[in-house]
Amino acid sequence: MSKTYYDPADLRKFGKITEWSEELGNKFFEYYGKVFEEGALSAREKSLIALAVAHTEQCPYCIDAYTKDGLQRGVTKEEMMEAIHVGAAIKSGATLVHGVQMMNKVNKLDG
Amino acid sequence: MTKLKTQSLHKKGSDLAQSNKQLEILSNGIFQNGELPTFKDKISETSQFPLKAKKLEILQINVGYMCNQVCEHCHVDAGPDRKEIMTRETMQQCLEVIKNSGAHTLDLTGGAPEMNPDFRWFVEEAAKVGIKDFIVRSNLTIIRANKKYYDLPEFFKKHNVHVVSSMPHWTRGKTDKQRGDGVFDKSIKALQELNAVGYGMPDSNLRLDLVYNPSGAFLPGDQMSMEKDFKKALMEDFGIQFHNLFAITNLPISRFLDYLIASENYEDYMYQLVDAYNPAAVANVMCTNTLSVSWDGYLFDCDFNQMLELPVNSKAKHISEFNEELLEGRNIVISQHCYGCTAGAGSSCQGVVA
Repeated sequence: MSKTYYDPADLRKFGKITEWSEELGNKFFEYYGKVFEEGALSAREKSLIALAVAHTEQCPYCIDAYTKDGLQRGVTKEEMMEAIHVGAAIKSGATLVHGVQMMNKVNKLDG
Repeated sequence: MTKLKTQSLHKKGSDLAQSNKQLEILSNGIFQNGELPTFKDKISETSQFPLKAKKLEILQINVGYMCNQVCEHCHVDAGPDRKEIMTRETMQQCLEVIKNSGAHTLDLTGGAPEMNPDFRWFVEEAAKVGIKDFIVRSNLTIIRANKKYYDLPEFFKKHNVHVVSSMPHWTRGKTDKQRGDGVFDKSIKALQELNAVGYGMPDSNLRLDLVYNPSGAFLPGDQMSMEKDFKKALMEDFGIQFHNLFAITNLPISRFLDYLIASENYEDYMYQLVDAYNPAAVANVMCTNTLSVSWDGYLFDCDFNQMLELPVNSKAKHISEFNEELLEGRNIVISQHCYGCTAGAGSSCQGVVA
C-alpha cells in the first residue's frame, strides 16, 4: 500500500480507469478530449480555466497537468497566477456571500 | 530559480560532455528495466525499423561550436570556450558536394555560424551555386554582439539567405532565463533590423522564420497556435514581423539532459516523449532526408547524432568521401533521444513533420 494518498506517477495511469469500466471510461475520455478542443473559447483559455478549477478543487494531479499544459501553450506564470486568483476570489466570495444568510438569520432571531 | 550557465559542459569537464556517458544514460534505467520501450522496439511495433534514409534533400553543415551565448539547453554544448571551427579546406569540400548533390536546401548552423572566420566567404561561394533554399541559423544576438557583425542583415539580404532564428518566448523573462541576461532585448533589436532591410515582411521573399523551443521540461504546444501568439505579441509590443514559427522539441542530450537530471525531471520527460510518440511522425523525421556535416567534415544522420558522436552507417563517413548513392538507403542510427523527433506532431529543424 502506498504511504501517501497522492503519488505523482499515478497521473500517468489515469487512462487505465477504462480497464475496469471500458464503456464509461471511454465515454469520459471522449467527452474530456472534446471539451478541451478549440471552440468558442480557445484551447489556451480553456487551459487557464482548468488551472483555476484545479486549484479550487485542490486536485494535485490536475494542478500538475494544467501547469504543464499552460507552459506548453506559452502561458506565462503571471497569467497562471492571475487565473488562480480568479478561482480564489470566487472561493472566498462564495464563503463570504453566505454572510448574508448569517445576517438574515441574526436579524430574524435577534433583530 | 535556474542559475545561468557561463561555461560549456566541455570546459567544466562535466561527465555529460562525453557522448558515451549520455548514451549510457539513455540506454539504462527506465529503458533497461523495461519500464519504457526502447526507440527501436517502439518503431518496430509499426514495422518502421530499420529507419532508412531517403533521397537527400537537406545538407546541414555545422561550421563550428563557438558561440557568443551559452544557452541553458544547447544540444551542441556551444559557447565562447568552444574552439572547434570548420576550416576553409573542409568548406571547399562541402561546396563540391553542394554543387553536385541533389539537395535543394543548404542549412548552416553552429554555434554561431557567423563567428567562423570564413563564414562570409563560404556564404558568398555557396550562394553562387544557386541552391533553392539557403538557410543560416542565426542566434540574433550575434548581429548586435560586435560592430563587425552590424551589417549582417544587409549581407544576408545580398545573398538571399533564409534567416532562421531562435526565440524561446515573446516575453523578456522567459527568453533570458533560457538564453542569458540581455538576450531578449538584443534579439528584439536584431529582429527590427532584419525587418528594416525587408526580412520577414508579409510579401517579402527575404524569409525570416523563428524557432521556438520550450524553456523547461515540457513539450512544445501546437505550432500554429504558438505562431499566432508570437506574431500578435511581437507585433503589438515591438512592431516585429516574421514568416513562420517552427516549434522544436528539446532532445534529451547534452546540456538539456544535464538540466533534466539536475532538476529531477529526466524520467518524467522521457515518459512525456514516449507517451506522445506518433508513428506518423516517424515517416517524416528529418534524418531520412538530411545529412549533417560536422565542423571537421564527418557525416551524421542529424545534428543530434553529430553531438552524440554516432556517425552515419555508411562506407562514406566524411564529406570528402560523399557519395549520394552510397548514402541513400542507409540505416539511420537511433537511440532513445530519437523520441524527441517523434513526439506529438513531430519535430525537426523545420518544425513539425506530421
